[in-house]
Amino acid sequence: MQPVPLSADTGMARSFRWRSLEFILGALLTGAMMLLVLLSVWIFPDRGAAMDLAARLSMPFADWAHPLGTDPLGRDVLARVLVGGRISLMVGLLSVAGASVLGIVIGLVAGYYRGIADMVLMRCVDVQLALPFILIALTFISILGGGLGNIIAFMIISQWVQYARLVRGMVLSVREREFVQAARAFGVADLAMLRHHILPNVIGPVIILMTLNVANNILLESSLTFLGLGVDPLIPSWGGMLADGRTYMQTAWWVSVFPGVAIMLTVLGLNLLGDWLRDRIDPTAKF
Amino acid sequence: MSAFVFKRFLQAIFVVLVVTLFVSYAVRLSGDPALMLSQGAGSVTEQDLQNIRSGLGLDRPFLVQYAEFLRGIVVGDFGRSFMGGTPVARLIADALPATLALASVSLLLSILVSVPLGIQAAVKQGRGIDQFIRIFSLIGLSFPNFWLAIMLVLLLSITFPLLPPSGWDGPVSLIMPALTMAIILSATNVRLVRTAMLETLSAQYITVARSKGLKDRVVLYKHALRNCAIPLITYIGLQFGNLIGGIVVVEKVFNWPGLGTLAFDAIAGRDYPVLQGTVTVLSLVIVIVNLLVDMAYGLVDPRIRTR
Repeated sequence: MQPVPLSADTGMARSFRWRSLEFILGALLTGAMMLLVLLSVWIFPDRGAAMDLAARLSMPFADWAHPLGTDPLGRDVLARVLVGGRISLMVGLLSVAGASVLGIVIGLVAGYYRGIADMVLMRCVDVQLALPFILIALTFISILGGGLGNIIAFMIISQWVQYARLVRGMVLSVREREFVQAARAFGVADLAMLRHHILPNVIGPVIILMTLNVANNILLESSLTFLGLGVDPLIPSWGGMLADGRTYMQTAWWVSVFPGVAIMLTVLGLNLLGDWLRDRIDPTAKF
Repeated sequence: MSAFVFKRFLQAIFVVLVVTLFVSYAVRLSGDPALMLSQGAGSVTEQDLQNIRSGLGLDRPFLVQYAEFLRGIVVGDFGRSFMGGTPVARLIADALPATLALASVSLLLSILVSVPLGIQAAVKQGRGIDQFIRIFSLIGLSFPNFWLAIMLVLLLSITFPLLPPSGWDGPVSLIMPALTMAIILSATNVRLVRTAMLETLSAQYITVARSKGLKDRVVLYKHALRNCAIPLITYIGLQFGNLIGGIVVVEKVFNWPGLGTLAFDAIAGRDYPVLQGTVTVLSLVIVIVNLLVDMAYGLVDPRIRTR
């Protein structure tokens, strides 16, 4: 057996090249998918709604009119995939924006002032760790109905805790550092202290978590919509197309394959970026 | 140690109380089962609806119903289903083995795959095999579990009719749902094993073990693996909630006769007692697993026991 190098610092040069490849690939995938989705409304003015009944269920890669084929109503799969991506991107970005702002503020307050805010936050963390999330989402959404707003609200309510917990933990150690003590000795007010001295030192890992959560929430939204609890089935969306496509899987595989591929490429791009960021900003992070 | 366990135990009870309170309150907002039950019964008066409600005990104050529910959990009585009157405890007892079987088989499969791969990736850090494993685990994290389920059905039931597409048709039915879950789980677990292993491998006792002339296999699987057991168990415990959430969705896609399918049917039928019971049992399972993880530290690492 060939001797195995057990020291942890082998292959640094090679891994360095891989790092930049990871960034380029991630940025290209994310950028290309976002651009295509954003431009989809101009490329396909009918928003994938036009039914070409003469070309129902045409195979993908067969002719230029419908590069990815058509569904049983003769609607263009490529147009619907790109137009449907708008829902996913909107849910991913808005939910993360909301949850991170809320979580950062609460985490800063809990970590800096401790006391009752901190205790309440930690109990929320306990509860959050024990919840079977999909089931709570189903209960929540079957009460209030699906729809874009409710899904985003649900994600914010259930995910702010992650940011708060992360920020709180880092604030606890940062507030004891010398530069914070020095600033305190100079009489810097609490708000300025949090904004100028503490926040900049805790924001890095938060950005990683945000990137990964945009990816996760795109997956979550597609699951909810697939299960019939997400956005309106009449609006094209990736999860909705997969739910449709499942019914005619035997005759038209492409209807359920391509929306999944679109999800995969987008989420993979974001995960690559998140991974790259994690190595850049915080190599010891484990989440 | 025992003070720590006691504190964790109190926390666990607090969590269960919050979850059950939330769920029992939420399900009551979701619609009127009296209306659902009386659908198709022809002419229904308000008095009839009132009779159904009081028959089901729904006319009492919410807190009374909740207290009743809590008392029921303690004695193992979750009430009766609105549909057909079967005791909820019976429905859950019938479905729980299927869910646990799926959970344990897929967890086991994923450990069998991810531990050796994760160790290889850590040992060959930064080299070809590490990058290869890393790419595959990133791809595995990048698609929804239900899509993987659909693709497996497309491949193994439609294109090559080898396995039953859904339902319970003997033990072969377990293969596809378990495979789906195992692939998704391995994508995360391989990374966890790699990170934990990298940390362990830089410790001095590993250098000592190697300089004693022990075989690599012995150093890796005996010295190193045991020492990364703690972070691994922690992460797998923390992930357990996600595992259950994933299983619920995969069960639904494969129509697997477990708690997830039971919960979906209960949501569709506004069957409060069944939904309430299912979510409670699933949360209890998660809480108990997390509690066991905390206690397992002492077993895995004798140093903690004496502290």
